[in-house]
Amino acid sequence: MTQRFTLNVNGKSHTVNADQDMPLLYALRDDLGLNNPHFGCGLAQCGACMVHVDGKPTYSCVTAISAIGDAKITTLAGLGTPEKPHPLQTAYIEEQVPQCGYCINGWIMTAAALLRDKEKPTEAEIKDALSGLKCRCGTHVSILKAVKRAAEMMG
Amino acid sequence: MTKFEKNSAFTRRSVLLGGGALVVSVGAAIPLDTMLTLQAAYAQGAKPPLTPDQLSSYIAVNADGSVSAFFGKMDMGHGLRVAIAQIIAEELDVPFKRVKVFMGDTANSVNQGGASGSTGIQNGGKQMRMAAAEARRVLVEMAAARLSVPADKLIVTDGIVSAIDTDRKMATLGLEYKELIGDKYFNVQLDWNKHYGNALYAPGKAQPKDPRQHKIVGQPIKREDVAPKVFAQEDFVTDIRRPGMVHGRMIRPPIAGAVPSNVDESSVKDIPGAKVVWDKGFLGVVADKEWDAIQAAQKLKVEWSQVESPFPEQASLYDHIRNASVRKRTVEKENGTIDDAFKSAVKVVEAEYEWPFQSHATMGPACALVEIKDGQVTCWSGTQKSHYQQQGIAATLGIPVENVRVIWVTGPGSYGRSDADDCAADAAVLAKAVGKPVRLQYMRDQATGWDPKGPASIHKARAALDASGKITAYDFTSKGFSRWDCATNGSKPSALLAGQTRGVSLNSEDGFGVPAESYAFDNKRLAWETIPPLLDRASPLRSSHLRDPVGPQIHFASESFIDELAAAVTTDPIEFRLRYIKEPRDIAVIKAAAEKARWQTRTSPRRDQSGNKVSGRGIAYAQRNGTRVAIIAEVDIDRSTGKIWARKFTVAHDCGQIINPDGLTKCIEGNIVQGVSRTLWEEVTFDRKTVTSVDWLTYPILDITETPAEVNVVLINHPEIAPSGAGEPSIRPVAAAIANAVFDATGVRIRRVPFSPDRVRSALS
Repeated sequence: MTQRFTLNVNGKSHTVNADQDMPLLYALRDDLGLNNPHFGCGLAQCGACMVHVDGKPTYSCVTAISAIGDAKITTLAGLGTPEKPHPLQTAYIEEQVPQCGYCINGWIMTAAALLRDKEKPTEAEIKDALSGLKCRCGTHVSILKAVKRAAEMMG
Repeated sequence: MTKFEKNSAFTRRSVLLGGGALVVSVGAAIPLDTMLTLQAAYAQGAKPPLTPDQLSSYIAVNADGSVSAFFGKMDMGHGLRVAIAQIIAEELDVPFKRVKVFMGDTANSVNQGGASGSTGIQNGGKQMRMAAAEARRVLVEMAAARLSVPADKLIVTDGIVSAIDTDRKMATLGLEYKELIGDKYFNVQLDWNKHYGNALYAPGKAQPKDPRQHKIVGQPIKREDVAPKVFAQEDFVTDIRRPGMVHGRMIRPPIAGAVPSNVDESSVKDIPGAKVVWDKGFLGVVADKEWDAIQAAQKLKVEWSQVESPFPEQASLYDHIRNASVRKRTVEKENGTIDDAFKSAVKVVEAEYEWPFQSHATMGPACALVEIKDGQVTCWSGTQKSHYQQQGIAATLGIPVENVRVIWVTGPGSYGRSDADDCAADAAVLAKAVGKPVRLQYMRDQATGWDPKGPASIHKARAALDASGKITAYDFTSKGFSRWDCATNGSKPSALLAGQTRGVSLNSEDGFGVPAESYAFDNKRLAWETIPPLLDRASPLRSSHLRDPVGPQIHFASESFIDELAAAVTTDPIEFRLRYIKEPRDIAVIKAAAEKARWQTRTSPRRDQSGNKVSGRGIAYAQRNGTRVAIIAEVDIDRSTGKIWARKFTVAHDCGQIINPDGLTKCIEGNIVQGVSRTLWEEVTFDRKTVTSVDWLTYPILDITETPAEVNVVLINHPEIAPSGAGEPSIRPVAAAIANAVFDATGVRIRRVPFSPDRVRSALS
């Protein structure tokens, strides 16, 4: 049944009429017109749809819009801007990480939460936090370099 | 606005007829009328026709002095856009930043073959280099006429043509390119070889620069599309939206080959805007909202025709291949008298290797948007080959090719003939049926389950040895499903699910390949055999091109077998290879990798390890269309779990002249990691009915926790040798390098991919 929801996304409030079971992803993409996040699997298996919900990395493809309440949603676009980039975004550019780039949300949004919560994580901690996310182009080596670089920038 | 956005109204011919004959006399003073003729002949206000024999089809100098290049290939994430801009800036003598490369739009580029066979630079760059060189030549001639200075007394710096005095010092006199042609199009005929696609070549009269003069080519210039990606600013094909568009989803049968026998449209009547599009085996839905389209596809009640389950049990796949009738056999290389040599052998070594079906499993399912307006079709697609897709959509809809425009937009990953072309044609059928623009994205199970697959195969190798241990004969035959079971571009409905589901027969053709190496055995035969597809229409196991088509499987087998021969004669694997390899550049990459990895000469397997955790090293090498790669893998193995960590790679890579070393290194890193994934994990699973690997749990790929600790790349630059490809060659020897390292560590030879923990554990026990 269609209901009215208010979403707080990247600091702005939006109203969306949607089925209560509709995943947040479709509200962000289709109702709000955000080009990120992406649909990758719809199964919480890859990370292409990753956003922060009250700071927690969340698969928006399986999170019902009705479960959001008044939580604050941050997408990749809300994490940083060219004028004020997040260290991970700077590091991603420095390391020239992406190939196709469709997987970026998963890695950056998950790593951003890790680096916020954990000062100077070890390589094992970084890998553990990122385990399960997918990159099909095989940019894994550069992803790890970029996260380590960002950790140094933040440390 | 750049020039490509303008409409053309006049033909080149009409201008030439008005301008009269062109006579250019370099070195003499040029009369005014000749100068005006030159201007008219080389530059005109209307765009000449978009044909391969026109310079304007590749390059334009805009009114602001910027340069637009129109490229009939596209960048799949390896930085090709940067490399092409470097080549053009180099030949035109303009700053790199001034060049913008437009890619894969059928409205402003000619068919250069799309992203295909690692030819972006090898073929595409070659053509763009010749076009830019010709543009420079023409601009200098125009400047010569304007300045009344012979062309050979002019130099170009940052797009400014200046005269030099006899002391070779720059004069102050200078004309900018934009002053020469900035509001007009090039009107220059090229010498086109009459080929379209990868083979297209259309040089002008100009000779490109001597590579020793290159200043921009060879520089590690960064990609400009990375920042927009990390700030969520770049549009992917999934992000294109059009007014009035609806969302589509497709429905595939539960048993491959089945078609709907009854569709109950009332089952989705409560879903807003839901419409069903059913035509024979083609079944899709649209709805105004994407989530509603997904719901409609799930809720639609469909009865399917009764068909025989088309596939063998997966456990019998390799027996099926072994026993299948050969549809085509081709001996690609043969020298000496193989059969005689085997008869006189003192020892014969034989082995057989197996490679499964593998999926493109792109990061996101394919997506396309098709809009039909006044008979004109526009398709936004992540295809690798937009010009072929243009033909395929025209044929699918039964309209002239000229009425279709395909615009390539970055898709969710692309490694060959993926589901992108199928998606665009499906979207076209939906858009025509519902009369609205349709954005179609497949679901995950369709992306991994229904994409064209990399073919499964077996590979038989045998070698004859004489009493001294010399290899006297070598016989290698691959047998498998065809790489062209489903055509490698979307130009024909027979190759597209939209065609096959609506009654067009699959036009399965035969192709495989042989090892690309330079082992000089006295008697040698390299052959391949193809077998018929398991299902002759709309099959989730139809086979086509997946990154380095058939290269990984062939070289897994051939380079594993070379290692087996080295072990058979108790010789170091590199020493053994160098005994027979004759190509100097092949020898150089192997030696470079060995030196960088500090390879210790000894035989495999190691004999100094005991316990649960063991390590090993292995080498493999391959050529690919001019490129040579040698890879040394160092692996750690946990014998109790069977888990392999491909810990370190040393890659020596020679692709002739290097355009951008940083882009090249990143491209190689991706090849290695994807190669590790395909070697250790990837295998399409299926039952009698259909493909059962349909997501990331059932089709696992390499996890970040399994990332190699090091990928060390040694780039061998040959500025004097025309560049060859890099998009695929380095994935080719990865599996064999790992297999050889596993043998070195354990003494056990694994001849079937993937090396999943279960398989390795049972092989070691």
